[in-house]
Amino acid sequence: MRKALKQYAQVSPYLVVGLALTLAFVLYPMAKGMYISFFHYNVIKPETSESAGLSNFKHVFTDPMIGTALRNSLLMAIVTVPGQWIAGIVLALLIQMKTVRLKVFWRLIYYVPVISSWIVVSYLFRFLFADGHEGMINYLLVDILHLIGEPIGWLQNTGTANLVVWLVSIWKGAGWVMVLYLAALQSIPRSLYEAAEIDGARPAAAFLNITLPLVRPLTAYVIINLVNGAIQAFIQVYAITQGGPMDSTQLLNTYLYKQAFQYFDFGYASAISVCLGVLIFALTYTQQRSIGRDRIEF
Amino acid sequence: MKKLETTLVHLLLVIGIIVVIGPFAYMVLTSLTTDNYSLPSPQKLMTDTKTLGNFAQAWGKNHFQLYFRNSIVVTGFTLLFSLTLSSCMAYAFARFEFPGKEKLFRLFVFTLFVPAIINIIPQFTILKSLRLVDSYSGLILLYVGSGLVGSTFFLRGFFERIPRELEESIVIDGGGRFTIFRSIYIPLSLPALGTLAIFSFQGTWDEFVVALTVMKSEAHRTLPIALQLFRGQYVSFYGLFFAASIIALIPTIIVFLVFQKQFVKANLSDGSLKN
Repeated sequence: MRKALKQYAQVSPYLVVGLALTLAFVLYPMAKGMYISFFHYNVIKPETSESAGLSNFKHVFTDPMIGTALRNSLLMAIVTVPGQWIAGIVLALLIQMKTVRLKVFWRLIYYVPVISSWIVVSYLFRFLFADGHEGMINYLLVDILHLIGEPIGWLQNTGTANLVVWLVSIWKGAGWVMVLYLAALQSIPRSLYEAAEIDGARPAAAFLNITLPLVRPLTAYVIINLVNGAIQAFIQVYAITQGGPMDSTQLLNTYLYKQAFQYFDFGYASAISVCLGVLIFALTYTQQRSIGRDRIEF
Repeated sequence: MKKLETTLVHLLLVIGIIVVIGPFAYMVLTSLTTDNYSLPSPQKLMTDTKTLGNFAQAWGKNHFQLYFRNSIVVTGFTLLFSLTLSSCMAYAFARFEFPGKEKLFRLFVFTLFVPAIINIIPQFTILKSLRLVDSYSGLILLYVGSGLVGSTFFLRGFFERIPRELEESIVIDGGGRFTIFRSIYIPLSLPALGTLAIFSFQGTWDEFVVALTVMKSEAHRTLPIALQLFRGQYVSFYGLFFAASIIALIPTIIVFLVFQKQFVKANLSDGSLKN
């Protein structure tokens, strides 16, 4: 007991302020958010909120829009996580090659989308994929490359609108994956590859049998972050499609935002967000476990 | 054969660059083109005379400079406080023993997986009870508070990879834990801190939803909101909007260029991922 108190006294100068802020602005709001999900919450006069029991959660499972939003959120993860991962790792492997010059330059340029503002980039893609011949992408496809006969109304159809949202997400995120893998690749001793080369291993085999296993903790970290980012995506849809056409590109996250800040149904929005948290946790669970386990020293 | 391969790889990288830089080139071209009433056609973008008029106009319009300054103040203080506090916390978790440490840390990590967007309502009520709504200190507190967990998680791994033997020389000289922290852990983690500074700067500079909710009066707004307003007020002034966007991107690029040397060295492949 004495010892514990002494330990707390020693650590508190480093911990107290940060802990207080985290309690106030993360842990408490989170608990409160879960609490709110059991109420028909009244934002103006919280004390008059009526208890809702489980009805908000029942609503989550009966609301037809949830089906659409869940589909879009899952598609977002299924498309953009491998998309960013593959693009990022291919870039890292290319730049890392012995014969490639100007490594710093390539890394810098490919990282520019990552540091750009989400709002700016989203609007930028919205204009690039504008309707008719004014849109740059239509102009390229129809008038320059002659790949299609008529301009596409990209944001008018669910499929193509989702495609634009995925493209911007992959475009913006690939550089992040690249930078992390570049750092990791540099730390793998060259001797391992030389040994593989002497044994006659092809580069692809060396990649699968040497590189990937060695960077597995990083891969887990990257995948968790990408899944988390895909399921929590917001601004892309908010700024590019606004959920349209006819709410068919809403994500769970944009849909719950709409419920909260357009319809002021905070109880229902909180219930969706609790379910969203469970979903993210479930999707990343296997990777989360492997983070702690494999730590490779070399 | 080898030569062909090298050329091919470089060609691939150049094609990639076109995909990455193309949209930015389009943005720059549009911002330099004057006819703002409709989205300028691609032919017009190529052939029209270029002018910096949109930049001058964007900079002078709608208190843009004020918003720019607001963003710098908010981001600067957020960066300062969050780097200081998160390195202290990471040090506490990395090199102190106390009951409940790992449980607390696991709780921290758990919060990273809960969607952040719904926290806004309770966060707002807390600021309201502190009478900090619509103030810079309120917004900064909120940014710092909600970012600490992630930064602590990130830094703890780096601190734990620093060999404890390094501490001995300080102990022999009679230095305490704070001296160890200041003269060993901070200097040796500069790459990690630099990386964190880039992430933190960008996240704060770019933040939209919270700033929109917390800052009520017009004079207190930050840049992302100003950009959104620009869109609303000058709906068809595409060149103006992109000029404003480019001005807003410049500080992030500068910060990135300043810290990118550190960024390179930060090896995130292991260590930082321990829970």
